[in-house]
Amino acid sequence: MPDLTAKRRRPLWFNLSPLSLPVPGLVSIFHRISGLALFLGLIAFLYLLELSLASESGYAQAGELLRHPIAKLLVIASIWALLHHMCAGIRHLFLDIDIGTSLHAARRSAFAVFIVSLAMAASIGVRLW
Amino acid sequence: MVNRIIVGAHYGLKDWLAQRVTALVMIAYTLLFLVVWPRPMGYAVWNALFAQGWMRLATFLLVASVLIHAWIGVRNIWMDYVKHTGLRLTLQVATILWLVGCAGWALQILWKA
Repeated sequence: MPDLTAKRRRPLWFNLSPLSLPVPGLVSIFHRISGLALFLGLIAFLYLLELSLASESGYAQAGELLRHPIAKLLVIASIWALLHHMCAGIRHLFLDIDIGTSLHAARRSAFAVFIVSLAMAASIGVRLW
Repeated sequence: MVNRIIVGAHYGLKDWLAQRVTALVMIAYTLLFLVVWPRPMGYAVWNALFAQGWMRLATFLLVASVLIHAWIGVRNIWMDYVKHTGLRLTLQVATILWLVGCAGWALQILWKA
């Protein structure tokens, strides 16, 4: 006899590792990763904002910091994270109002999120470098 | 323990809505930022931009939106992946402190500039 009380035990933890992710799933997990990265990076944005607004020399110092190759890579990665998060979020808003919810459309828009955010990040990255 | 029915009580609806409203505020701020971005850029124009009352107000709304949006999003990540209750609670408290700290610092920067 099955244990009926076990069904009511919450929260439920599912092991999702045996599943391979389709493109919308990849968009979703990168939405989470990029969001967490932006959350952790808040302190760097704030530091640069404070430095750049503090004084003429602070502004120059912030510019100097951002010219370092590692800083440039981090800036480009942040821009990509922001663009991916924003594009995936906008896709989400459309799905919420029932636009593009068919499987075919949802897969295409998921592809579009990756392509648009990568292309925009690449074009900004090239100009920054 | 309170015997609650999981469906029909709008649990999570407020967070769901807050996540979307704050997202729209952040998109609006991004568009505003692209429009008002000084060209050519320099300390004087950059500083003058953030000295404007409306820019401070807009940035304040951005900070508030990021605070709420990041709290809901990061909390959901902890709820989904961190199974140990004590660790999850610690991470959630740390997230709140981090976000409130960042928001306070942001406002200090804005009104000092």
